[in-house]
Amino acid sequence: MENKMETRKLSVYYKNFQALYSVDLPIQKNAVTALIGPSGCGKSTFLRALNRMNEVIEGTRVEGEVLLDGKNIYDPRVDPVALRKKVGMVFQKPNPFPMSIFDNVAYGPRIHGIKKKTDLEQIVHKSLAAAALWDEVKDRLYKSALGLSGGQQQRLVIARVLAVEPEVILMDEPASALDPISTAKLEDLIHQLKQNYTIVIVTHNMQQAARVSDYTGFFLNGELIEYNTTTAIFTAPREKRTEDYITGRFG
Amino acid sequence: MVRESFHEQLDKLRGDIVRMGNLVVNAIDMATTAFKRRDMDLAEKVVMDDEKIDRLELEIEKKCMSLLALQQPLARDLRFIGTALKINTDLERIGDYACNIAKIVLTIGKEPFIKPLVDLPHMAELCRQMVKDNLNAFINQDREKALATAKKDHEVDHLYQEVFQELLALMMQNSQNIRQATFLLMIARHLERIGDHATNLSEWIIYMVSGERLELNEKLF
Amino acid sequence: MPAAKRLKEQLGFSALAVLTCLAIVPVLAIVGMLAWKGWPALTWEFLTQPPRKFLTQGGIFPAIVGTLGLTTGTILIALPLGIGTAIYLVEYAGKNIFTRVIRLAIINLAGVPSVVYGLFGLGLFVLTLKLGRSLAAGALTLGFLTLPIIISTAEEALLAVPDDYRHASLALGATKWQTIRRIVLPAALPSMITGAILGISRAAGETAPIMFTAAAIYIPSLPSSVRDQVMALPYHLYAVATEVPNVPDHMAFGAALVLLAIVSGMNLIAVAIRTRMRLKRMR
Repeated sequence: MENKMETRKLSVYYKNFQALYSVDLPIQKNAVTALIGPSGCGKSTFLRALNRMNEVIEGTRVEGEVLLDGKNIYDPRVDPVALRKKVGMVFQKPNPFPMSIFDNVAYGPRIHGIKKKTDLEQIVHKSLAAAALWDEVKDRLYKSALGLSGGQQQRLVIARVLAVEPEVILMDEPASALDPISTAKLEDLIHQLKQNYTIVIVTHNMQQAARVSDYTGFFLNGELIEYNTTTAIFTAPREKRTEDYITGRFG
Repeated sequence: MVRESFHEQLDKLRGDIVRMGNLVVNAIDMATTAFKRRDMDLAEKVVMDDEKIDRLELEIEKKCMSLLALQQPLARDLRFIGTALKINTDLERIGDYACNIAKIVLTIGKEPFIKPLVDLPHMAELCRQMVKDNLNAFINQDREKALATAKKDHEVDHLYQEVFQELLALMMQNSQNIRQATFLLMIARHLERIGDHATNLSEWIIYMVSGERLELNEKLF
Repeated sequence: MPAAKRLKEQLGFSALAVLTCLAIVPVLAIVGMLAWKGWPALTWEFLTQPPRKFLTQGGIFPAIVGTLGLTTGTILIALPLGIGTAIYLVEYAGKNIFTRVIRLAIINLAGVPSVVYGLFGLGLFVLTLKLGRSLAAGALTLGFLTLPIIISTAEEALLAVPDDYRHASLALGATKWQTIRRIVLPAALPSMITGAILGISRAAGETAPIMFTAAAIYIPSLPSSVRDQVMALPYHLYAVATEVPNVPDHMAFGAALVLLAIVSGMNLIAVAIRTRMRLKRMR
């Protein structure tokens, strides 16, 4: 297996608070890596450090390296805007823009300079199809995205990310606001997407991590406690703290 | 501590497995005694008691399935329930073999033995000990004990070979012996199978404790 | 529900209903009186002709034009400046002493009496910058008067845009400016414009700031450039009420009615813009 990304001694600080302690974690190409752990364990911080979204929050400082295809994304020569085109992100709450479905998906390509209507139409079609949403919205492309259900909105957001053709997709608890059926659809989608993309997903739901991921990392108090194949983590973890957390004997 | 009711249910399941194990150990014990002493009443009781074991097996199975469905256990808990399901089956089979032995004892009845009983009671004792030790290993989460227990199956297999040769010789000496020799051979065969199932118990207990899946049966045969 | 509790509940409702009616009464009274007394003056001539015989005859056309001109000037000055400042404060400036001082200053400016703005405009625009009493000086003064309101409402409008939108846009590889221009501003615009128009319509009715900087009592001709003095409805009202003798009552009330109509009209436009933009986004 090939590492698409990798962190080396990654530490993140918010002002004086250290949120992550020297994390070394590989992210395998064309696989789903799940990050689990209790609230405040640093898993979301870790996720945001992978596309430098942490810089949007004031006062974060990063030590160590995050490699994307072997190159450190915190190198001063790297433009975070260009980086985020390659490493896309899906957030906890579905957050479509208050515009039409078409404009939502076309937003990324447009800001990256694609203007021709036929090109945009093609990208929108392809992205919506890849996000398993095309059939549900093809007759209402020019209606507001806010009229979609939560599950559809989340898939729209994924289509919007796919439209800029990223290589890695980061998902921050993408199903936490969805009902079970929408969640199942989203999980199916994640499963399909890993053929072409590398996916990192943060989730509170351990069963979900178990269902969708190939590799799992367990975080606790800002440290990576254990990383292994998902099967190993969920059947026979090596660390007692991992075992206690996933069997609910925590604290 | 969270998920308390779940862990209470796991404890109850553990108790059921131990109860099942004790019933099975008793069945082996009683079948062996009935065989040695030609105690028909005791043999009768073993056959009757098998019903209890079968009922308990179903009950345990149901508990495991509902825990899997309702609690989605993981890691240690998942291994425990998986192990419970597997050793539940193995214990029930062992119970069946004990019951079969008791039935053979009833069939042989009071007719005199064609040979002195030495190896067969020894085999039975070994098997009873294996199941009993595994039960303790299960209760104490003792990986080493389970591993050591599995090694005894070698001895059981060896004894089976000897009994087999001996009975074969008796049959060839005198065709009058064939009927009883066949019954005794069946008892030996049942004991040998109990040994194999006891080895399975060891394997699953080791998996439950450490997550390793060892193949102990083949290696030692 | 027990009877006593129900009685209390009903008393509470009734009291609130009475209070609401009391609050509406003055509004109805003012509008009613203006309409009653001013309606006879509203003729085509009154609205489209310049005044004659020192305001005692003719129309108020130059004052209407002057007020519209001042308002347009105010919009041109205050809107870009106010929205620009708000964008800087919300989107770019960090949370430090400097921005806190600026915010405090803006809040205080909103509380400064309008006559002080008038004197400030006189000192800065009319005398120091030598604009003279003119449409330009008046519009600048009104612009500065409205600025704090526009900045505060624009700031609120920007802060009301969920960070989710910004994060989503940035995570798609948009720059900060692309995010502001394509996502944040369109989302904030309806409330920004509503706030701005309400602020400006308030300014359109102000007398004190234009008294020293732009308005004249009697100029029958229309202004030919922004350097000219103009008539304006509020000041016209002030003049006919206090300084000019022999103006027929109905002409004064007619002018007041026109001013009220202009201000209400602007407020209606604000509501219409907001409603339209909301509908467009929800469609």
